[in-house]
Amino acid sequence: MTHEVEQQPAAGWVVVAWTPDEFGQAALEHAVAAAGEKGRGVAVVNGTRGDAYVDERYAAPDRLADVTERLRATGLPHVVRQEMGRDVAEQVLDVAAELDARLVVVGLRHRSPVGKLLMGSVAQRILLTATCPVLAVKPGSQPA
Amino acid sequence: MENLGLLADGLAAALTPVNLLYAAVGVLLGTFVGVLPGIGPAMAIALLLPVTFGLEPTQAFIMFAGLYYGGMYGGSTTSILLNTPGESASVMTALEGNLMARAGRGAQALATAAIGSFVAGTIGTLLVAMFAPALADVAVEIGAPSYFALMVLALVMTTTVLGASPLRGFLSLFVGLTIGLVGLDLNTGQPRLTFGVTQLTDRLDIVVVAVGIFALGEALWVAAHLRRKPARVVPVGQPWLGRDDWRRSWKPWLRGTAYGFPFGALPAGGAELPTFLSYVTERRLARRTRRGAKGREAALRTDEFGKGAIEGVAGPEAANNASAAGMLVPMLALGLPVTATASVMLSALQGYGIQPGPQLMTDHADMVWTLLASLLVGNLLLLVLNLPLAPLWAKLLRIPRPQLYAGIIFFACLGAYATNLDPFDIGLLLLFGLLGLAMRRFGLPVLPLILGVILGPLMETKLREALTISGGDPAILWSEPLAIAIYAVLLLVLASRPLLSRWRARAEAQTVDGTDDDTDGRADGDGERAAAGTEGDQR
Repeated sequence: MTHEVEQQPAAGWVVVAWTPDEFGQAALEHAVAAAGEKGRGVAVVNGTRGDAYVDERYAAPDRLADVTERLRATGLPHVVRQEMGRDVAEQVLDVAAELDARLVVVGLRHRSPVGKLLMGSVAQRILLTATCPVLAVKPGSQPA
Repeated sequence: MENLGLLADGLAAALTPVNLLYAAVGVLLGTFVGVLPGIGPAMAIALLLPVTFGLEPTQAFIMFAGLYYGGMYGGSTTSILLNTPGESASVMTALEGNLMARAGRGAQALATAAIGSFVAGTIGTLLVAMFAPALADVAVEIGAPSYFALMVLALVMTTTVLGASPLRGFLSLFVGLTIGLVGLDLNTGQPRLTFGVTQLTDRLDIVVVAVGIFALGEALWVAAHLRRKPARVVPVGQPWLGRDDWRRSWKPWLRGTAYGFPFGALPAGGAELPTFLSYVTERRLARRTRRGAKGREAALRTDEFGKGAIEGVAGPEAANNASAAGMLVPMLALGLPVTATASVMLSALQGYGIQPGPQLMTDHADMVWTLLASLLVGNLLLLVLNLPLAPLWAKLLRIPRPQLYAGIIFFACLGAYATNLDPFDIGLLLLFGLLGLAMRRFGLPVLPLILGVILGPLMETKLREALTISGGDPAILWSEPLAIAIYAVLLLVLASRPLLSRWRARAEAQTVDGTDDDTDGRADGDGERAAAGTEGDQR
């Protein structure tokens, strides 16, 4: 679902794996900072596997509008996408490949031992599979 | 008042720690399956059947009873928070309930649903304790022809009154009756529809059929539609009711109970009609209050219908639960199940070698009264456990479907295998799973099929009995006054059906007009299937 594509940035794209929570917020801020330095565009990807009745990491329309608003305020070229598929990491990487991204930004979340046993990590898969540099950030860290 | 004494004895039996534990397990499991759309108490009981064969029948039934009421309760939670009614009976609750939740009054909606369910369930269960023994006393006298007529009535009514299309209903019913024919003819010992397979001569195991249709069929259906846009859950805190909410709720609770119980007790049970009637009544009453607006208070509560009226949750939820209780009357007194859950429970009885029918109330009085008492206990447990747990239940909706259904398929296979320890049954399970998938795909309701499978053989026994007495003269089938009366009622219902559906369509059109445009949104996803009658009545 493409929400808005503005002019093609000459310096390439920064792709953010975004979720409507503090982790996504941190990733977004770092991405905006990184993109602003080099005049890159920001591509926000919000993904879901769509296999549960409720997924609170899948943003509601009003949250998406907030993000779009935030990006418009930066004046950078931007695009916001919502994806549904087998694997959220794959969705992010697909967008990165498609836009030939220069950087991927993800939020790292603390996971419990049981959680690690049961679930895979999107951030880990992005870190291991991405062909471009990946910036992994935690909430509370300020962009330099 | 002898009944109340018996009920008190039952209560004493139900309050033993072990029985209490089973009631609690049933209630929690029931809420669990009720909260998740697509999984209902019927499926849960079918999955549990093989596990419970090791238990005393009483304990198994205490658990099933808790499951049944818990499932009703859980369904309302999903309707309110998610606007995806897990079953057709919750559709009306979803209408106003979800609007309330979005307006920030979800806590009150959950509370009025829970307390209303408790009130209706308790009154309903007490009514069952009053009526079922009396009906059973009368029912013992009923001859085979009238019994046959009663079963025909139950089958035709559930097939035509519920669901969108009578044609689909009858299709499903006849498939069920055919499945019920498989095995040795009880009178002549001839194998029927066995295709020379020895395992089939021993009749199809109801566990395999029910689990295949409900569990595997649903799992395959979900697998075919795995990825769907996640729904938005309305965040909600601890359920509670303000004083004004109490005042507005208690009358709809009682009115809903009054609608629900008789409809549940009729052989044409199902909570769809009474919940709808209750909703329409509450809305009309709310409008009338506005017209007669006397003073500020009346003006304040004017017609919140379409914006989230608490009456629109309280009434239908009470009707839903009262009809759930009412369904126990024909089940216990006549051995006639009218819902999918009742039929699976009845087959559990048969699994214990207990013959359902009018003798049940006398031959197994202990069990029946303990069951009724544990329904009361279970109802209370539901209220005590679930009011504080509601926010936790909402979290269940985050379970990914692959993991959930993998577990269900595992238990389904285990159950099918455990009945006879024969891999052949796993093959049968798969076959019925595919049938269940096809039925969901083509919008055939599940309930008539299950009723056909369970009532078919009983009906045949009565028919053969009657025909043996008359020496093969079919005139005996309408030789009793009761039988004639039942057929007359049946004709009347069939004749009035077009009128009824027209009236309903009109009232429903009004309902949609009167409410927010968002209510149309429930036609997506699960709501769509409920509307097509595919989900049947999964309770």
